[in-house]
This record gives sequence, structure tokens and C-alpha cells, in this order.
Amino acid sequence: MTLRVTRRQFFKLGAAGMATSSMAMLGFAPEPVVASVRHFKLTGAKITRSNCTYCSVGCGVLIYSRGDAAINNIDDVYHVEGDPDHPVSRGSLCPKGAGLLDYIRSESRLKYPMVREPGTNEWQRISWDDALTRIARHMKDDRDANFVTEDGDGNTVNHWTTTGFLAASASTNETAYLTQKMVRSLGMVAFDNQARV
Amino acid sequence: MRGEQINSQNIIARSATSVPSPQERDGGIDTVTKLIDVSRCIGCKACQVACSEWNDLRDEVGECVGEYDNPADLSPNTWQVMRFNEYENEQGNLEWLIRKDNCMHCAEPGCREACPAPGAIVQYANGIVDFNSELCIGCGYCVAGCPFDVPRISKKDGKSYKCTLCSDRVFNGLEPACVKSCPTGSIMFGTKKDMLDLAETRTDFLKSRGFDSAGIYDPSGVGGTHVIYVLQHADKPEIYNDLPRDPRISPMVDAWKGVTKPLMSAAIGLAALTGFFHYVTAGPKELSEEDIEAVRADEAREAERKAEREASERNREERS
Repeated sequence: MTLRVTRRQFFKLGAAGMATSSMAMLGFAPEPVVASVRHFKLTGAKITRSNCTYCSVGCGVLIYSRGDAAINNIDDVYHVEGDPDHPVSRGSLCPKGAGLLDYIRSESRLKYPMVREPGTNEWQRISWDDALTRIARHMKDDRDANFVTEDGDGNTVNHWTTTGFLAASASTNETAYLTQKMVRSLGMVAFDNQARV
Repeated sequence: MRGEQINSQNIIARSATSVPSPQERDGGIDTVTKLIDVSRCIGCKACQVACSEWNDLRDEVGECVGEYDNPADLSPNTWQVMRFNEYENEQGNLEWLIRKDNCMHCAEPGCREACPAPGAIVQYANGIVDFNSELCIGCGYCVAGCPFDVPRISKKDGKSYKCTLCSDRVFNGLEPACVKSCPTGSIMFGTKKDMLDLAETRTDFLKSRGFDSAGIYDPSGVGGTHVIYVLQHADKPEIYNDLPRDPRISPMVDAWKGVTKPLMSAAIGLAALTGFFHYVTAGPKELSEEDIEAVRADEAREAERKAEREASERNREERS
């Protein structure tokens, strides 16, 4: 199909185009008054208080998640920032703490108990009940076999040196007190936390 | 009222727009300012991480270039970067000067001056200079117009990006993400007046500790900025990774926007007017006899061809 445009029509079209673009250039175009500010992404978020998991400073963090925790919904953490009410950090964070979101979402993050059986190189997922039962069993067996009540000179020592305990450093005083009580009451000597990790 | 809700009433200027923006209702809005105290910075980069986290930016993991600067430069995905400088002072001692480099939010922004896309760069009454990516045409004039070399054009969408001073946070009453994260209090946020007061206190302190030329970096060449520095050596801003001593908008921007563009607009308007008056006085162009004959002949040929086509189609139908 050939579009037939006479010389006269061609000039008219050209002039119309020219006039329109000139008008726009001279400032007669409709002005866009769109706000450039991004939607505030914390609107409607659920805020949960927590502690940074990294070091023993234990800075307070606010975890922002989407979802109202309804039964058919799985909430999704999408932002983490410092907790201004936390006495230690008062809202500030270090670079590791400021990047907690990517730590939470990391593919290599440990989300459930896993076990590597002797002689294998594969980690297998187990339930919390299984994990706690197995740990208790191992501890009991080892303690029964290696608990020392008296040293060579006949002094009462009641210690258990063949098992150690690694606790969390970012605990409250109360949690730390309970952990200490539990570990020492078993006679355990090797006791540390991940503050230096 | 730092957290004034965004509306068209508190945009004080828009790029490439001669019509004034509605700005009568700016009463009670204080200008905001971010104070970066270089003397307190330990270079931990918490601000950089907080910035990418808040703004949903994840730059590619780069290569180590043998410096602490990481990433090495600003990019469409990195809106601020710590610049590490080793400076040997008069006593021959090493000073590690770490400057957080990001948009300075000038009161007279070179980017906005240079931008040809209406409304792509807006300036709010609280002092924030923000890019409206929807309207950005990616021409890169803002890069040329910026005295601090801040905006970066994205290869992905061809649009320009830079620090927004977390306009979304500020308009909701929060401080920018970098400010909140800073563990040493090196980055502070508040009204310009409060920040200048605080900067003064810090400068006095630095002077009392032997930094005689400590001072505030709030360059008047761009009308002052809404990101100000406290420098230990305010007399030598260039040692802080080439911080410009007297930043100004490039004269090319002024020449283009101030002189060339209005002149060219006038030329176009004049041409249109001349055409109009020529039409009114001389009338439309008359067709000569030859022209009319040529058109007639053309139409006759076309009619002939059409008749032939129809005839051949009829033949084909009859045969089938």
C-alpha cells in the first residue's frame, strides 16, 4: 500500500510537528509534578526487637518484617536497623551489623540443627528434639566416663574436662547467669563464647 | 519540622522549568544538614553498608586495588564511598584522613542547573536535592554540571543516580541511614543551624588539640551545602581526596543555560513568526498549471493501474 501525501499535506504535517515541538520547548508543555521521593518502605512493617548476633557488644537491632503473622502467611524480614532505645548502641551499628539483612537472607546461613555422622562428609538435617536428645546423651555418656571427683592428692575437685561449652556472647545478664550456672553445675571447666569470632 | 510530608508546595526548584514551583507553604520547614566530622571517622564503612541496605543497592563485588577504598569509586549502585588518604603533616607524622564522599546537596546545585529534563531534578524546601528517575532522560548533563563529580549514569536503565540524603526517611521524620548507623558519631544530622553550631564546637575542640587550621567546609561558591565537613586542615581541602577548594558550577553550564538556550529559543520563535507573517502577507504558494497537470497525470496513471489490477484478479477468480 502506498501512502499518498501531496506536497501541500507534507508541508502541513511538517509545520504542525514543528509548532508542537517549539511550543514544548518554549515552556508550554504540561508540567509533571510527580514527587520523586520513594515510597517509605517501613510503612506497615512489623517491628521486632532483637540483638545483633555478631560480637559481645550486643547492639540492639530492630527487625522489620512484612506480614501480620497470620496462620496462612510466612513473614519475611526485609530490613534491619539499629534500635535507638538500646542502651549499648543507641541506634548505631558497625558495618557487619548494618549488613545483618544479607546475613539473615544468606544462602549459607544455618537455619536448623544438622549432624555429620562419623565417617561421612555430609551434613543431614535433624529435628530440634533429636538434636537436643543426642547432645544430652553424648554429654551424659562423656561425663559418666570422665568426671573426676578427686585429684591425685585426694583433693575434691568435681570437674569434667573432656567437654567444652561455647555460649552466646550477646546475651542478657540473666541469660549469661543461667548459662554459667548450668555449665559450672555440671563441673565443666572449658567455657567460652563467640565474642572473639 | 524536619519530617514535612512531601508535596508540590515544598519543592522550591525544578530542573529545566521556568514556571515557579508552588512554594508558598514552606513556613516552618527547616533546612536539614548532614555534618561529616572527618576527625572522628574511623573508616569502618558502616555508613556505606547502611546506605546499600536502605536503598536496596547491591553493587558487584569488585577487585582489591591495593587500597582501603572499597569500592574504588561511586557507581549507580554505590552512592557513597569512603576515600582514604595518607597525609604527612608538618611534623612528619602520618595522618590518615578518611572522607565520606557523597552528594553534597548544594543550595545552588550544578546538576539541577544543567539538567534539560523538566522536573527530573528537584530541590525541596528542606534543602534536599533529589533525582526523579521517572523523568530522567540519562543525558549525563548532571555529571558535567556537578562540581563534586557525584552523579553516575546506570548502564542498566540509562538513568542518573546519586545519594538522596535518604529523602524517603527524612520526609518521614527519620535521619538518613548512614547517619543512624555511624558508631563514632562522626556523621550527625539536624537543621543547618544546629549542625553549624556543632561543627563550630568540634572545630574549637580540634584547635585546642593543636589543629590550628581546623574548620568547616560549607563552600559558598555553590550557595553552601546541606552536607558539610569538619576538616582538621580546612586550609588544604585538596588533601582530602581532591575536595575542591572553591567549587563552582562550570561556566559551560551557565553559557548553555544562561545565554545559548534562550537565544536559540528566540531564533526558533522568530522563524515561526516570520513564516506566519509571510503566509499572512504573501499568502499560500500558488500552484502553476504544470504542477496541476503533473498531479492529474499522476492520478490518471494510478487509476489505470488500479483498473488493470482488478481485471487480472477477476480473471484469476473466473479460472479457479
